[in-house]
Amino acid sequence: MKRLLFTLSLLIGSMVANAQIFPSVNIKTLDGVNVDASTLEHDGPVVVSFWATWCSPCKKELEALNEYYIDLMDETNVKVIAISIDDPRTASTVSVEVNSRGWEYDVYLDTNSDLRRAMGVNNVPHTMVFNANGELVYTSNKYAPGDEYHLMEKIREAAEG
Amino acid sequence: MRRLILTGLVALGGATGLIAQENQDWGVLHGNFQFDGQLYVRDEAIDPTGEFYPDERFLGQGFANFNYTHGDFRAGVRYENYQNVILGFPEGFRGEGITYRYLQYVKDGLDVTVGNFYEQFGSGMIFRAYEERGLGLDNAMDGVRLRYSPMKGLRLTGVLGKQRIYFDKTPGIVRGLDADFSLNDAIPALTESTWRITLGGSFVSKFQEANDPVYNLPENVGAGAGRFTLQKGPFIWNTEYVYKANDPSADNGFIFRDGQGLLTQLTYTKSGIGIIASYKRIDNMSFRSDRNGSQFEAFINYLPPTTKLHTYALPALFPYATQINGEVGRQFQFSYKFPRESLLGGKYGTLISINYADAYSLYKERLDENVPIGEGGSDGYITDWFKQGQVHYYTDFDVEVRKKLSREWKLIGTYYNFVYNKSVLEDGLSDTEILERDANQEIAYVNAGVLELIWNYKPRHSIRSEIQVAFSEQYRGDMAMLLLEYGWSPHWFFSAQVISNYGHTDEDLRLTYPIGSVTYYNGQTRIQMSYGRQQAGIFCVGGICRVVPPSNGLSLSVTTNF
Repeated sequence: MKRLLFTLSLLIGSMVANAQIFPSVNIKTLDGVNVDASTLEHDGPVVVSFWATWCSPCKKELEALNEYYIDLMDETNVKVIAISIDDPRTASTVSVEVNSRGWEYDVYLDTNSDLRRAMGVNNVPHTMVFNANGELVYTSNKYAPGDEYHLMEKIREAAEG
Repeated sequence: MRRLILTGLVALGGATGLIAQENQDWGVLHGNFQFDGQLYVRDEAIDPTGEFYPDERFLGQGFANFNYTHGDFRAGVRYENYQNVILGFPEGFRGEGITYRYLQYVKDGLDVTVGNFYEQFGSGMIFRAYEERGLGLDNAMDGVRLRYSPMKGLRLTGVLGKQRIYFDKTPGIVRGLDADFSLNDAIPALTESTWRITLGGSFVSKFQEANDPVYNLPENVGAGAGRFTLQKGPFIWNTEYVYKANDPSADNGFIFRDGQGLLTQLTYTKSGIGIIASYKRIDNMSFRSDRNGSQFEAFINYLPPTTKLHTYALPALFPYATQINGEVGRQFQFSYKFPRESLLGGKYGTLISINYADAYSLYKERLDENVPIGEGGSDGYITDWFKQGQVHYYTDFDVEVRKKLSREWKLIGTYYNFVYNKSVLEDGLSDTEILERDANQEIAYVNAGVLELIWNYKPRHSIRSEIQVAFSEQYRGDMAMLLLEYGWSPHWFFSAQVISNYGHTDEDLRLTYPIGSVTYYNGQTRIQMSYGRQQAGIFCVGGICRVVPPSNGLSLSVTTNF
């Protein structure tokens, strides 16, 4: 029986280590390259932000976080993945928006909202913080100026485990 | 033995508790819920005859989505409830039920979906099944979808099914096939190339029985599309051309004309700068799985508008929606960030965006002296790619400047100039009525400005204000708006706004529209209550718009997700 429990705990242990953030859904990079979202991995906390070019609070949130991003990466090893749900009308403006604002995030396109649906995201902004084990530790679905401080606190908590 | 199982279960239970929903072995369940309700108050100023005042007094609607993923297996379901549908939504949504359910799995590279699904080919001009819950738009397919990649770089998608229309399905059947081919992935010699080339092609057809007493209508209508993307360094060139066989419908007045669409876009972007130039020409491209469909019903395709989507309240009163029967549109966008420490950049840099977009009708001439333009049963009209259309639908020119002044202050200023053909865009006047019957067009020339000021006076406290004005000699006349928001991070949010339409061209509509709201956020849950008077207007998402009647009352909105 001990052996059984041991095997069980090993099994669970390995599952935790491999826990992935995204389901297996096809998304695109800004260069139009297809990527299976489940292959996106990072050895540290991950912020996933669903946004759109027509969503003003989304852009304000990413803009505010961008000011601290480089320092935050050094401090917590965090990675920010920004998923744009822009439809074909505005999808082509995403790279312009990202470049002209000088954002340093990993940005992907979810033009058909497949990933959005698979992750239960209703409206944008929708920002999630995952710890290094891939566990969801914080979610927010609004942005008002000043919320970035709360978000950064959550990132630091996630980094400490 | 029993004890062993118990211990095992406890151990497992404890472990799953720790790793919650992210446990790989049990799969992942995600979902969300939304409820919107409104208690209406009789308001004789905005609605003198009571035509918009609902019998129910309280209207409410909600939905919940559940999506389950386990390795290569996925399943989902959505329940929707409208008792009854709130004002401004399509009235076809009545009652309750499971409106979306599907199963999906991937085996040996073959991706199979049965039940409901959303899908899009290319830019969507030939096929796009999608949802905009906020607008009450949902043309999900119910059928089968197969995806397969026979070689690296080539992706094939096939669909077959019927589309959703409210709580029912459309009479027509939709069938489609799409191929997407990335040359750089497929051809080893091109892997390292600085050019990136993607080609694509689709074929979509629909079948709907026809028993028309007057016309011999086609039961099968086919459409084809070709597209490419060329990319080198900061340049991206995207183009798609679609063609549709003749498809007489309520939209086009039962003309037997073929349809065409062209969308081409050139983008230049690198750090700090972005330029986009687009051209679009749509000729008779309404494509529905029900030839008698109206509003958003049964659309097979989606024609993306090439205009900017405005989010500030007053400019958003002058939106553009694609004219599916025909239009020619151009757009030019430019954004640039003046770097930090430069003359115009200041300490934090300055972002400037310029946007120009216009839309005209197709150039139209009679086929024959005796046949009016758009005559049912005829080929409709003669057009010319190189002549300017006679009807001006829309022009938008705007300039936006974003500037962070200090750690606490941010400023955004925008100027807008609109030419807005209210008769076409809101009243649905057709080219035929304008060109053949000299119908009166009501065109509004609008100058508008918005100043947004953000004051982040303490780390968790912020005040945001907007001052908006719009001036015009026509239609809505002169308006001014003031908005104040106070955010107390992370839980509370208060907002108050008032729009004064002090210079409306109709004196009875020189009204004031105040709205106040309180929102409470707690992690994944949002509860919002608002009270006030809502102006009649147009509500748009992604370039699709619906007319919203005026209302007054107390609204409650609850959303949550997991």
